[in-house]
This record gives sequence, structure tokens and C-alpha cells, in this order.
Amino acid sequence: MLFSLEQISYRRAGRAVLSDLTADLAEGTTALVGPSGAGKSTLLRLLNRLADPHAGTVHYRGRDVRDYDVLALRREVALVPQLPALLAGTVANNVSYGPRLRGEECDIDCALALAGLDASFAGRTAYQLSVGEQQRVMLARALALEPRVLLLDEPTAALDERARDAIERTLLEVSARMSAGLIFVTHDRAQARRLADRLVHIDNGRIATGLGPRP
Amino acid sequence: MILAIHLSLAQVAATLALVAIAAAVSGWQRADLERDIAVATFRSFLQLTAIGYVIKLIFDQNKLIFVLALIAAMVIFGAFTARRRARRVPGAFWPLLIALALAGTATLALVVALGVFQARARYLVPVGGMVIGNAMTAAAVALNRLGDDIADAAPQIEATLALGATAGQAMRPILQRSLRSGMIPLIDSTKTTGLIFFPGTMVGMLLAGAAPIDAVRLQLTLLYVLLGSVALAALTAVLLAYRNFFTSAHQLREPC
Ligand SMILES: Nc1ncnc2c1ncn2[C@@H]1O[C@H](COP(=O)(O)OP(=O)(O)OP(=O)(O)O)[C@@H](O)[C@H]1O
Ligand SMILES: [Mg+2]
Repeated sequence: MLFSLEQISYRRAGRAVLSDLTADLAEGTTALVGPSGAGKSTLLRLLNRLADPHAGTVHYRGRDVRDYDVLALRREVALVPQLPALLAGTVANNVSYGPRLRGEECDIDCALALAGLDASFAGRTAYQLSVGEQQRVMLARALALEPRVLLLDEPTAALDERARDAIERTLLEVSARMSAGLIFVTHDRAQARRLADRLVHIDNGRIATGLGPRP
Repeated sequence: MILAIHLSLAQVAATLALVAIAAAVSGWQRADLERDIAVATFRSFLQLTAIGYVIKLIFDQNKLIFVLALIAAMVIFGAFTARRRARRVPGAFWPLLIALALAGTATLALVVALGVFQARARYLVPVGGMVIGNAMTAAAVALNRLGDDIADAAPQIEATLALGATAGQAMRPILQRSLRSGMIPLIDSTKTTGLIFFPGTMVGMLLAGAAPIDAVRLQLTLLYVLLGSVALAALTAVLLAYRNFFTSAHQLREPC
């Protein structure tokens, strides 16, 4: 099992956001769906330990996430957040940031191409990109880590159909190649059907319908 | 040798005329500051008179232990005051206390070691007071900025942590900005000193009858000393305080 969540409870600003949530997320591709404010983004944050639940445990590959080295876990389980949040400087600076932290090189053009951006973006200033372009740089930046699991929070929300199709092709390709896991949040049921092996429906901090087979 | 000047209480009282102008302006323009002006006038009178007697006692005794006690008191009071200005920083007191203590003692030790001032109460007390006062302002400004920037940039910080960065690595740009905002006011005022304003020490020496060149040299010495101590204080406060925003697992804490 890729992730098992056992009776997770999580509060933010005193309000319960996730309540007694139990779920198994298997290898392959999982789509997290549910209404706005249901706790989907929050759940992703618990999977790579940007936060810890107040109660319950998260297991990754059978081990409590707290038993992993947290920095190594975050490189292995890479999160692309819902809102673009790039570093100052160029696109290349952003894409190479993760590998550089460990003194490693990376193939910037390759990562950009996977995210549907051509090599000319490398020298552009990150803050001057459109939101959709920034989102794709965020994806390229995560891919440059060569993660085993990719957590994507509404990766195509700001994209037109063509860019969305390109990202979807990338995701299918990446998930086939990584053979591990892809967990993504989407409001687009059709997209969930196109990409995911299974659907997890979250409502009001709880699993609404269990883990169904491919819809 | 400096000629001492003496002002009688009556002369001090005469300057209340200027305070009356301030109060009148406030009243006329409904700035609603009369009360604050009165409180400020009264408090400054009480505090300065009290400290005057304390300093007189310490000068008369000329014992290093009294100097140290006074400086310790200033450091503690300074840390409390600065903490109030850095409200959004959790547990700001200890970083501030350590920053002020370090800036104060390191600076004083250095100026004594370099032979700039003798290790006597007459020199250590005023220099220490100035150093700690400026260090406090710089550390408070830096931490204030730190708290604001972390609140504003929480998504960026978390996105950087998500790439495997440590808290320190994710905070790099913000730490730089906080440090800069702590140091820039003093650097700027040092740049324009003499052109736009006369710093206090120089004014005091000139009023007391010192030769202008002596007044300038002492002022320069103090300005350079302050630059170093302010940098030390802002750096120490920022480096110690940012850790309180994170857990040991490099997670950004919820603001409380
Ligand atoms: N920083 C925060 N402080 C306080 N409450 C928060 C914070 N972030 C999220 N919440 C609350 O947590 C709940 C879940 O938020 P979350 O972002 O996980 O929802 P979501 O399912 O991703 O919604 P959306 O589809 O709109 O992105 C919401 O009720 C939200 O108001
Ligand atoms: Mg969300």
C-alpha cells in the first residue's frame, strides 16, 4: 500500500478540517475529488509531512511517515501545491532548486518539456509568467526531483484544453514510468476518469464513498 | 577637558514653553495628542531623573560590577520593549535578550580591547546605553519584518519546504530581508549624518564646550561602534527567532 491513513484528525485555526479519516491509497493513480473546502489540499499536505495530523497516523509503504527522514520523504513524495509559489529569479533557477540543494545537476530542458514548456522558458523571470505557465513550472520543478510519488493539487485548473491535454499526457507518461504513484486533486470528473485508476471522494473532512474501482 | 555646563531646574522648566506649543498645536488641530504629550513629558522627566541618580551613583562607586548590573538591566528591559514590537514572532523574548546581551557585551569588550575607551564606568555606561538602545531598535524592526514576511509568504515557504529544503534554506530570502530592514535605518542615518541632522553625542559635546574636532571624532567612533553592534543584534535576533516558526521536522507552525 502506498499510503494508509488511520483515523486522521486535523484542525486548522481551531476548526476540524479532517475528522477521523481512514483510507488506503494504493499504487497507481488516485484522483481526490470533493467540494471546495472539503479538505483535499489539507490531506495532500499530510502525505509529505508539511503538517502532521493531531490524531491518527499516516503510513507510507507500510511505515509511519514520521519514521522517515523528512527531507528525503519530501523529495521522494513531491507536492505541487494548488497555488503557484515560485522563487525569485529565473525559471531555470526554480527548476534546478531541489536538485541543487543536494549539489546535484538536473536536466532543466527535459523537466520543462515534460511539463509542456519549451526550452526558451528557462531564462524567463518566474514572476512574469502567466498563472498557467507558473503552474507548469511548479510541475517541472517537482519532476526535476525525480520523485517516486507525485502529489498534484489541481494541476490543470488554470490551463486551457490544449495545455491541459499536454499535462495529462505527461502525467500518464510519468506515472507509467515512475511505476509508483500519482495522487491528484481535481474538480473535473472527466479528468479523473481519464487519468485515475480510482477515485476518492472527500466531503467535510471525511471519505464520502470508499475506494471504488475505476469508474 | 570638557567644561561642565549646569542647568538649573528653572531653566529646564522654562523649556516646557515648547511643550506647551506642542500641546496647543495638538489641541487646535484636534490631533488628540495632548494626553500623550503630557504623559511623555512627565515620564521622560521621571525616568531621566531617576537614571541620572543611578548613573551618578555608579560613577561615584566606579565599580565594574555596578556597570554590569546596569547594562544587564538595560538588556532585559530592552528585550521586553522590543518583544512588544515583534508581536507576530512566537517566543521572541529569548532571541531578543540574547541578541541585546551579545551586541552589548561584544561591542563594549571590543572597544575596550582596541583601546578606544577605558574600562571605566564613565565610558562604559553611556556607550553601553547607546549600543543597547540602537541594538534594540534594530532587532525589533528586524523581527517585526520577519513576522510579517512569514505570514505573507507562508505558501512560498511551504512550497520550498516541499522541495526538500530545510527551514533555514526555505527562509533564506526572508532572513536577508529582515536583516536588511533592521540595519538600513542606521546605515542611512549614518550616511546623511552632519548633512541633515547633528547626532546627539556631537550636539552634547558642543554644548558642553568641547572643540568641534573632538566632538566629531567621538561621534564618528560611536557611529562606527553602533554599525557593528546593530548588525550583530539584528543577525542574532533573526537567526534565533525564525526557528520558533518551525517544528523540528521543518514544518511551518500554524500562526497562533
Ligand atoms: N491556513 C488556513 N487557516 C485556517 N483554515 C484553513 C487554512 N487553510 C485551509 N483552511 C480550512 O480548511 C478547510 C479545508 O481546506 P482545503 O484547502 O484542504 O480544502 P480543499 O478541499 O482543497 O478546497 P478547494 O477545492 O477549494 O481547494 C477549509 O474549510 C479551509 O477553510
Ligand atoms: Mg484545495
